[in-house]
Amino acid sequence: MSIRLENLNYVYSPGTAYEKHALKDVSLTIPHGEFVGIIGHTGSGKSTLIQHLNGLIRATSGQIYYNEENIYQDGYNMKELRSQVGLVFQYPEHQLFEIDVMTDVCFGPKNQGLTPDECRERALEALRLVGLKEKYYKASPFELSGGQKRRAAIAGVLAMRPRVLVLDEPTAGLDPKGRDDILEQIAYLHRQTDMTVILVSHSMEDIARYADRIIVMNHGEVMYNDEPKEVFAHFRELEEVGLAAPQVTYIMHDLKERGFAVDTGVTTVEEAADEIMAAMR
Amino acid sequence: MGRTMIQTEKLIFEYERRDEEGNVTGTSRAIDQVDLEAVEGQFIAILGHNGSGKSTLAKHMNAILVPTGGTMWVDGRNTKEPEELWNVRQSAGMVFQNPDNQIIGTVVEEDVGFGPENLGVPTDEIWQRVEESLKAVGMISYRHHSPNKLSGGQKQRVAIAGVVAMEPKCIVLDEPTAMLDPVGRKEVLKTVQKLREKKGVTVILITHYMEEVIDADKIYVMDHGHIVMEGTPKEIFSRVDELKSFRLDVPQVTLLADELKKRGLAIPEGILRKEELVNYLCQLD
Repeated sequence: MSIRLENLNYVYSPGTAYEKHALKDVSLTIPHGEFVGIIGHTGSGKSTLIQHLNGLIRATSGQIYYNEENIYQDGYNMKELRSQVGLVFQYPEHQLFEIDVMTDVCFGPKNQGLTPDECRERALEALRLVGLKEKYYKASPFELSGGQKRRAAIAGVLAMRPRVLVLDEPTAGLDPKGRDDILEQIAYLHRQTDMTVILVSHSMEDIARYADRIIVMNHGEVMYNDEPKEVFAHFRELEEVGLAAPQVTYIMHDLKERGFAVDTGVTTVEEAADEIMAAMR
Repeated sequence: MGRTMIQTEKLIFEYERRDEEGNVTGTSRAIDQVDLEAVEGQFIAILGHNGSGKSTLAKHMNAILVPTGGTMWVDGRNTKEPEELWNVRQSAGMVFQNPDNQIIGTVVEEDVGFGPENLGVPTDEIWQRVEESLKAVGMISYRHHSPNKLSGGQKQRVAIAGVVAMEPKCIVLDEPTAMLDPVGRKEVLKTVQKLREKKGVTVILITHYMEEVIDADKIYVMDHGHIVMEGTPKEIFSRVDELKSFRLDVPQVTLLADELKKRGLAIPEGILRKEELVNYLCQLD
C-alpha cells in the first residue's frame, strides 16, 4: 500500500490576490509500513501535503498513486481511499460531537456501512489500541481530559481500520506525559500492525525518536528526505528554515569540537549516552 | 528585592458542576490554597499537567476569574474589588496559546492599537505606543501587513505587541509557543526576555516545554490545583522522578546528564544547559 507522489503542485486561490503556490513539484514515495516524520516551519506546506494523501485536496497538477493506482483517474473509489488513509487533524478533539465516546468512535465505521455489531467491535478494538480506559466509553467527550479526548479522537480514525495513519501534530498542547503516552501508543500500533504512520510534528526530539525517515518541507518544496541522522546533520540549514536539531545533536557537535571522538549523527538521549560513555573510556 | 507584582494568599477557586437540567450537583475545586509571589521584573514559570489548574490560576491574574476563597493582588490591588477591574487588567496583560484567536485587526498596526484605544489613550499617543511595541517585538517592518499572512511566531509576537501597547507591568503568557515551530518558539521567548530586560516587565510563563523555563527566577509546579513544588530551575530539575510523577519532564540536556550519572560518570544534578554539560565532560576527560 505504498503512496507515490509525482510532481505534485497545489496553488491556493489561483488568479486572485491571495494566490499561493503551497506545494511545488513534490515527488516522493512512502513505502508501506514505514514510520515517516514530516517537519517544516509554519506555512511550509506540511498540512496541505497530507490533505492530498486521502484526496481531501485535489492537486492543481501532478499525480498521486496509492498502491500503484492513480487516485485521480476516472472512476477511482475515493471513499475507499478515505477509509484506507486515516487522517487525524490538529486538535482532533474539537471534532468530537457525539453524546458519548463509544458512539463517537462508531461514527466512522457506521459511515463505512458496517452493522451496529461490527461498528461496536471495531470501536472496542480502536479504544483498546489507544489505551483509553473502559470507564470512559460511556462518558461524554466533554468530561475527558485533553489527552483522553485526543485518544478518543484518534480511536475514531483507527476504528475505520486504515492502512495508513496520518497524524498532524497529535501532541500539540499536551503535557509531557500525555505527549509520551500518545507517541508510545502510536509506535506500539506501528509495531503491532503493518500500518504506515506519517507523523507531522514541531518537536524535533519526538521525530528523531520515532521516525525511520524524515521529510523536511520548506516553502512548499521537499528540502530533505532521508534518515534522521542524515537530516539532522544539516542542523544549520534546518535553523535557517525555522527548524532545529534535537538538543542532544547539538551537544555532540560541541563535544566533537572540544576533541571528543563522538559520532555527531546521534539524535536520541540513549544513543548520546552510549557515544559519550564509549568516548570517555 | 523589588516591589511585589503578583501575590496570592490561600487562593481557592471552586466552580459548580451542573447536570443536564442545569441543577447544581456539586462543586469542584480547580485551585486549592495557592500561595504564590512574583516580584517586579521577575521571570516566573508555572508548570503542570493538563488540568492541573495552571490556566485557571493565570486567568486570576487579570481578573478574568476572581477567587472564590483567599485573595489575589495584582500590583497591590485586590482583584475581587469591582472598581479595581480595569486597573488590574491594565497592570497584567495576557497572551494565549492560539494567536489566531487573539488577533482581530486586518492590519498589524491596527491590531496593536486596539488595546490602547480601548483604554482611552489619545490618538497621537496610540500611534507612538504602536510603533514602540512593534519595535520591541521586532515586527515594525510588518506594520502595514495583514496578520493572516504572518507565520505563527510572527503572529504571536504581534499578539504580544498588542499587550505591550497597553503598557502593562506584568505579562502572563499561557502556553504561547504550543503551536509554533522551533524558531517561532525561540523568537517568542527572546522577545519576552527583551521586554523584561528593557522595560522591567514581570513575566509569568505557563508552558509544557521544559527547555523554556531554565532561565526562570522561580518555577512553581502545580498538580490538582495545589502548588506541589517550588524553587529555582536547578532545584526543580534535579528532582527528575518527582517531576515525572506529576506528568512532567526535564530538558533533554538534563535527561542526558542524568543518564550519564546513572552510568557512573561524576556529574552533578540539575544540569540545564548544554554548555554546562560539555564543560563537565571536558573536566572529567
